[in-house]
Order: sequence, then structure tokens, then C-alpha cells
Amino acid sequence: MEFKDYYKIMGIARDATEAQIKTAYRKLARKYHPDVSKEKDAEARFKDLGEAYEVLKNPEKRAAYDQLGQGPRPGEQFRPPPDWGSGFEFSGAGDNDAAYSEFFESLFGRQGRARSRGPFQSGHGEDHHAKIVLDLEASLLGGQRSFTLRVPFVNASGHLESKERTLNVQIPKGILAGQTIRLAGQGSPAAGEVKAGDLYIEIEFERHRYYQVEGRDLILSLPVAPWEATLGASIAIPTPSGAVQLKIPPGSHAGTKLRLKGRGIPSTPPGDMYAVLEIALPPASDDKAKAAYLAMAAALPFNPRANLGV
Amino acid sequence: MSPTSVQALSGEIVEQTLTLSIRDLSRICTVEASRIVELVDEGILTVQLDAAGEWQFSGETLRRARIALRLQRDLEINLPGVALALELLAEIEQLRRARLQGT
Repeated sequence: MEFKDYYKIMGIARDATEAQIKTAYRKLARKYHPDVSKEKDAEARFKDLGEAYEVLKNPEKRAAYDQLGQGPRPGEQFRPPPDWGSGFEFSGAGDNDAAYSEFFESLFGRQGRARSRGPFQSGHGEDHHAKIVLDLEASLLGGQRSFTLRVPFVNASGHLESKERTLNVQIPKGILAGQTIRLAGQGSPAAGEVKAGDLYIEIEFERHRYYQVEGRDLILSLPVAPWEATLGASIAIPTPSGAVQLKIPPGSHAGTKLRLKGRGIPSTPPGDMYAVLEIALPPASDDKAKAAYLAMAAALPFNPRANLGV
Repeated sequence: MSPTSVQALSGEIVEQTLTLSIRDLSRICTVEASRIVELVDEGILTVQLDAAGEWQFSGETLRRARIALRLQRDLEINLPGVALALELLAEIEQLRRARLQGT
């Protein structure tokens, strides 16, 4: 398994004080918190950070971790030493319900975090939450998608284990990133008088090859030839409901936005699609193309840097 | 435990269809109801009263409540700080939209 250098993750020295650890955590947590961060690997970074802090803020866990030294040489696999854990007692359950890495679990186990709340209030089992990453088409067209979720459970000996569970879910057409699907009865199973909990699935979209998603709107970066932008043109573009002809008005330029009303995500109300023009230059790859550029240079009195004062 | 299942499940979009009582909201967020009351008192969550005078939350409240509780826990910030962060996030969202819709 992969060795995690918790000091490196937190960007602190191995002899950092408790105060320094706390400061480093808070600073990085603000930067990478998935609810506020726009960094693209925020979720993974935040998870690593939470795990590192969970160990380093706790003097017992930190002392035990420090005994491992700097970890194996690059490329080598990490194995906990055979006498690992002897002489240490880890107290206090972790208060973070994020899933920790295999590395963490091998060192500190899971039982410290097994929080079986039982029914939260009489008559209703615990609700579960998950986040899934969908292809945008699932929302544009609706349809079934299957997901594999890891479900933690407490085994017969009181330890926390997890098992995989595959769900086939009908995706409601027009669902947006950040929205949640409730699957009634798919949380903690029913037991006796207690009815099953529900499963709440938060939606996120994969990057799409054409469209960037902003809420219910779609943005298409649309390459056009210089003459299409300047002279105007009618060109074929993709939309979620199939290709359409789009009129480019004469005198368009790079960055011109053209709105296609109602062509975004088919939610209620439906979103719009925006085509944002990019000017693509034809390469001057042969004599004929070079001649065309030279003719244009000769024919057009054009200084693109006029407003730079040169 | 429930067996591994492959079946087509249909759900509803929480933000569009559900209204939640304070009991629902605190159960789904796995916090005591008093934590939800704090969020309401701070003006982070808005409530409406149903016919019986009970608190009712729109489906969109769920996501907002979960974000607020996560910020509070993970960043160790107090409720006024959470409220401020949420307002700034909403403002960033508005600016992004304005930029998109302008030319």
C-alpha cells in the first residue's frame, strides 16, 4: 500500500509544534474545502489533509506514526512493522466521518470510528449519503445508470467493515449538479419496528467533451474561421437535442456569445446554451495558403495593436 | 445487511419535490434538532410555517444545511463566519452568471 507522508501533506516540518499543526490545517482546509474551493483536486487534497490532521493533532497517534520514520524508498510498498501498535493506546474516536486511506486503516484501524447511532429517532433507520459522478447525457436524456457504493457496516465482532453494493438508478431528466436524489428505503435496513432509512445521492457531472456546465446552462466553445466571424455565416453546431444551424452575425469576434434559448439542461425551467466564439486560424502550410495571407496583408490596412500606441 | 442488489430504483429530486420538517432535516443531516435551530436563528436557513404552525423547509435547504454544518466542523468556524462564507459563495455564483450572460 502507499505510504502517506502526513508532514508533507500538511507542508510542515517533522518537529512542528501543535500550534503550527493547527495553523497549517486551518490554512489548507480553507484552501481545499470542497464546498468553497475551486482547485480541481480539492476533494482528494482535503481528504488527505483531514487524515493527516487526524493523526498529527493527536499526540499518541503522532508518536506512533513518527516511529515509522520517513516511509519506504520511492517505489517500495509500505507494510506496517510486525510490532506495530504495541506500547500505544489510541484513545478518542475520530470525529471525521470521511473514509480514510488503506494506509490509515492499517495503522489505526477502523473500530475507533465505528459509530453505530442506531435509529436516530424512533421509527426511522439511519439515512445514508453518497455522491456520484454522472455523464452529462444522463441528465440531458434521462436514463438508468448503475453505481457501486461502499457501504460500511458493523460486523459480528463489532468491527467496521465495508461491502460493495451496486445500485441501478433511474436518473431524472434535467437533474443539475449539486442536486440530490432521494431513494426511499435504501439507507440503513429496516429492523423490527424501525423502518429503513433513505439514501441521498448528490450529483456531480464528469467533464463533457463539448460543453461546460454552469448550473442549468451549457457553454460551448465554438471555433469559427476568420471569414465566418467577420462576414457572418450559418454553421452546424452540436446541441443536446441534436445538431442545429447557428447564424453567426457579421462582425463577430473572439469571445462573442450567442445564446440558444432553452437548449441547455432540460430542467424546469430549461437552461440555455451559449456558444462562445473562438477564432481558429487556417495554417499557412503551403504556397497557396501563404499567398492568400500575403494578399490579405496587402489588401487590408489593419493594425491589431493600434490601441497599444505603437 | 441488505444483499447486493441490481434493480432499477427511481427517486425524486430533493430540491424540486420535497418539503422537510425539522425532524426530517436533523435526521438526514444526523445532527440534533438544536443545531438546525441555530442555523435558522443565524439566518442561514429560512423556514416557512405550515398550516399547523410547524416549521417547514424547502428541499433546497438540505444542501445548504449540509454545507453549513460541514464548514462549521471542518474549518472550525463559528456560525456568523459560516453565514458570511455562504453569502460570499452566493455572490461568486452571481458574478459567474453575470459574466456568462454579458457579452
